[in-house]
Amino acid sequence: MSTVRVQTTINNQPTEFLCEPRQSLLECLRELLKMTGTKEGCNDGNCGACTVIMDGRIVNSCLVLGVECNGSEITTVEGIAVGSKLHPIQQAFLENAALQCGICTPGFLVAAKSLLESEPHPDEQQIRRYLANNLCRCTGYDKIIKAVQQAAGGAQ
Amino acid sequence: MKWFDYAAPQTVDDALQLAAQNAGALPLAGGTDLLVQMRAGRKTPPFVIDIKRIPELNELKFNEATGLTLGAATPCYLIAKHADVRKYYPALAEVASMIGGTQIQGRASIGGNLCNAAPSADSIPLLIAMIAQCVIAGPSGRRTVAVENFCTAPGQSILGTNEILVSLQIPTPAPNSGACYLRFIPRNEMDIAVVGVGVSITIDAGVIQAARVALASVAPTPLFVPEAGQSLIGKAPSDEAFTAAAAIARDAAKPISDMRGTAKYRSHLCEVLTRRALSQAKGGK
Amino acid sequence: MSYQVIGTRPVRHDGADKVTGRAVYGADTQMAGMLHGHIVRSPHAHARILRIDTSKAEALPGVLAIVTAADLPHPGDRMVDLGEGLTRLSWVHGNVLASDKVLYAGHAVAAVAAANAHIAEEAASLIEVDYEPLPCVLTAPDAMKPDAPLVHDDVFMQEFGKLTDTPSNISDHFRFEIGDAAKGFAKAHTIVERTLDTSTVHQGYIEPHAATVLWNNDGRVLVWCSTQGSFVVREVVAAVLDLPISQVKVTPTEIGGGFGGKIPVYLEPVAALLSRKSGRPVKIAMSRKDVFEGSGPTPGSHMTVKIGVAKDGKIVAAQANLAYEAGAYPGAMVGPGAMCVFAAYDIENIAIDGYDVLVNKPSTAPYRAPGATNAAFATETVMDEIAEKLGIDPIELRLRNAAKEGTRRADGPKYKRIGCVEVLEAMKNSAHYQAPLPGPNCGRGVAIGFWFNIGFSSSCTISVNSDGTVNLVEGSTDIGGSRTSISMQAAEVLGIKAEDVHPTIVDTDSVGYTAVTGGSRTTFATGLAAHDAAKDVIRQLSVRAAKLWEVDSELVNCQRGVFQSGKHSITFKELAAKLEETGGPVVGRATVNPSGVGGSFAGCIVDVRVDPETGKTDVLRVTSIQDAGKAIHPSYVEGQMQGGTVQGIGWALNEEYFMDPSGIMKNSSFLDYRMPTALDLPMIETVIVEVPNPGHPFGVRGVGEANIVPPPAAVANAIHRAANIRMTRLPMNPNAIMEEVWR
Repeated sequence: MSTVRVQTTINNQPTEFLCEPRQSLLECLRELLKMTGTKEGCNDGNCGACTVIMDGRIVNSCLVLGVECNGSEITTVEGIAVGSKLHPIQQAFLENAALQCGICTPGFLVAAKSLLESEPHPDEQQIRRYLANNLCRCTGYDKIIKAVQQAAGGAQ
Repeated sequence: MKWFDYAAPQTVDDALQLAAQNAGALPLAGGTDLLVQMRAGRKTPPFVIDIKRIPELNELKFNEATGLTLGAATPCYLIAKHADVRKYYPALAEVASMIGGTQIQGRASIGGNLCNAAPSADSIPLLIAMIAQCVIAGPSGRRTVAVENFCTAPGQSILGTNEILVSLQIPTPAPNSGACYLRFIPRNEMDIAVVGVGVSITIDAGVIQAARVALASVAPTPLFVPEAGQSLIGKAPSDEAFTAAAAIARDAAKPISDMRGTAKYRSHLCEVLTRRALSQAKGGK
Repeated sequence: MSYQVIGTRPVRHDGADKVTGRAVYGADTQMAGMLHGHIVRSPHAHARILRIDTSKAEALPGVLAIVTAADLPHPGDRMVDLGEGLTRLSWVHGNVLASDKVLYAGHAVAAVAAANAHIAEEAASLIEVDYEPLPCVLTAPDAMKPDAPLVHDDVFMQEFGKLTDTPSNISDHFRFEIGDAAKGFAKAHTIVERTLDTSTVHQGYIEPHAATVLWNNDGRVLVWCSTQGSFVVREVVAAVLDLPISQVKVTPTEIGGGFGGKIPVYLEPVAALLSRKSGRPVKIAMSRKDVFEGSGPTPGSHMTVKIGVAKDGKIVAAQANLAYEAGAYPGAMVGPGAMCVFAAYDIENIAIDGYDVLVNKPSTAPYRAPGATNAAFATETVMDEIAEKLGIDPIELRLRNAAKEGTRRADGPKYKRIGCVEVLEAMKNSAHYQAPLPGPNCGRGVAIGFWFNIGFSSSCTISVNSDGTVNLVEGSTDIGGSRTSISMQAAEVLGIKAEDVHPTIVDTDSVGYTAVTGGSRTTFATGLAAHDAAKDVIRQLSVRAAKLWEVDSELVNCQRGVFQSGKHSITFKELAAKLEETGGPVVGRATVNPSGVGGSFAGCIVDVRVDPETGKTDVLRVTSIQDAGKAIHPSYVEGQMQGGTVQGIGWALNEEYFMDPSGIMKNSSFLDYRMPTALDLPMIETVIVEVPNPGHPFGVRGVGEANIVPPPAAVANAIHRAANIRMTRLPMNPNAIMEEVWR
């Protein structure tokens, strides 16, 4: 019954933490590392509020154990802005009013960033399909899709 | 969640040894089923064996002679974008991009989908239609089991104590064959199949040479319906033939009514989806 | 009226925090020594609690406190304000922690605080509760039968305002009546009567409830929580714990969705008790399962609507019977449902009976225009049938009957200036309504809905910074960008940019009483408070300018941020730099309790395709049309319209509480409680209609709610045209559609 030492890279920073095997990556981020930008909405993989990028792929961090992350590269919402300059996807969300309560926004930003890195010019259906695991209850998704389209149009 | 210990072995033998040393240990691949079950208290393993660092369980390779080797821990997203899978097993690539959503596909594996042994599993009907074989490693060595015999009851498989699924072997599809998996869900993604149908069909000189039909969510395990496929052999691939086969599939199904659908509705969908899947498989060959 | 700020689309003030993950929501609070709480909930829908044994849990290392209802003060006969009406304190008390009976599966029974969430969860499983299960009742029709098991032994039916002496599951039966419905029906050319049912649905906010409470050593109870009403939390926590109201201080965190469901109080009193026992701050966050089973969904309902029309479609009589499930405690929003059921129409003869019915389900909470969506599903599908029977275009039929200024509603009030006709005209002229349908198995449906909106109290202070900007302090928690629309109203009055207002939403010690963020009141009432506080600033600054110019302050006027008197002129920014020398700081203030509330009409046009073999319904095109009075920030008005419309579509097609016969919810997760995903929808087109509300300086009508009211009926009407079936039950999922096809 001992805790495990995990070494990762989070938002380009080498990061170490000690966790119990039963603690999810989501818990490790929020409780151990005090990085509360990643949110818990359901804790069973159905809402995407906990989305992070892990080794190049978006995953639900509620369904990844902290101990599984040894050696992994993780990007969270806290790592999207470049210094104090907002990333184009963040700027697009603000300009398009793509958030109302904002609780789903970190998950969507991480997912959208990942989408545009693999598919720079997705069409509307591609965007919707890629983001289908991210639930939003406030916006009806319309302005979120438009924000992603704006970021895709601008980013070269 | 209850406390458990964790290890990530790098060989099958190490994994088997950990299983032997820790009674009740369970293997962990993508975690998208297991962690949910553990959090709900439905499974309480004292030890979790992470199999994702075992190279053999991550193999994904194709060879014209022997077919596709699909390591049990291979995540869906790798399966969906693999060039040979897309070329030779396009229906499998589609299934891999159908399970859950993007985040789930970043972790979930088809091996895990099989081992979770839910009657509603999206990958199993197609694996049955594609005549997949399960390579299992255990204390007394390796054995191979036809995928249609793998699931024995809801959530239970043929894996013995301390056995691990290593890989799926899927034979090279015959020339002029096509396969298709269709499922019915109320939304467009993120749902458990109300009914799922996997089919494969081989057509030569306008005559069906081989066909297999398997169903999800209409029996305690994924249901292989040999009679449905057999009814097609020797016939022309017509709407009438497909409708007749679909009726056989429907009659073989034993659906229950639950929160995802009534038995009557599921029976009806069996017929509709089998018919549509056969048409699509024919079109895709 | 041309504005400088109103009607523009500035980036929201909290934008940087929200897109970087810095914004602190309910579960994000961190305090030294903080413990985690976990609530034990009833597995039975109805049972007597015989015994609670906490000894094994207490012995678990890491457990610091355990509480039950025995730790709460006795509520007595007091009433308490729940934010949108009064209720019995004993009912709130009972819902927070059950005492002698549990009334629904999920009812809180005990709670544990421990060093971490896993230990708390484990300890909770060690608490032994002995129950004696009782028969349960789960639907309004069943609960209204004379021999139905009683949810409460001490709830007596109030009938037409008089309390009867029969214990009943019907806590209230009221009637709204004008004219003579029977006479009206006798003269009708065509009558359509339908009985319809809707299932329990949840608001579905993505952020589960969360609260952190510290019962401080000086006796004050400090609460950090995500809530739609920090002053409501203060009142309810003080009442439940029997403390003077000043002993409770509530600091609202950012809130991840509410839609009415975060007005009631669940966790805070429990966390307070745990904190008092342990001497540490205690955080409790609901799991998603707890949210479904232990918070407040909206009522399921059983309704009959009957409408009679003359040959030309003019309504001659309308009747409704609305039985709404309140859940475990009285207070179903059937009153508002009855206010809205025929609100879009000018009818002389109306009779509406409303029933507030107890069932063994979670105690219902408001959900965005509470009660109105159920009622509109009934009325708007019946109107659709009438339109079809008479061969009249469905929008035209509504125009012939549309409510106008002076129309009397069945619950009494006469409309002031309202935009029902304008919304219907906009629907008729919309690009969507003019477009052809895309193909076979497709159908188009329309519907209109109403929400009366509320006023209630808000407070605001504005202090001027020497750099020409202002700090605006208000108490309306911001669910959807309201701090910006409030700031914009102040900016317009002051003649400065929206970016030059720095809004902060503060705790209950730091601002005057402010009612809930709900009822579509925030942009209207708190905006009005900001407007009035800004006017106060202008008045004070005029005095300062007068001092500078040595003129009478009555001779100073201010237009668009420029103060003038004769040849003298100075801008707001320039004057702000001179406050110290002219007398010191300038702080403007206002409190409002406005009566000039303007209701909002909303229309929905939806195109669907129904697969005739599977019943799967695809939403192809949607347009939301709503009267906003004046859209302060059009992007956020559009956002409200789109969000409410999509919630209505989810309600229409797939969302429901699937209960087994013993009252257990089987689908308490987002896997099987199916809300729409991005892949299930097209873009949501919006048309903002502006019929100014005379009761607000900028003409604002709250827009948060009316848009959820028409979509279920619009979808049902579209399904009718696509598949030739009339659905009379929600949700209209594929299984239900095929059952209707086969019937």
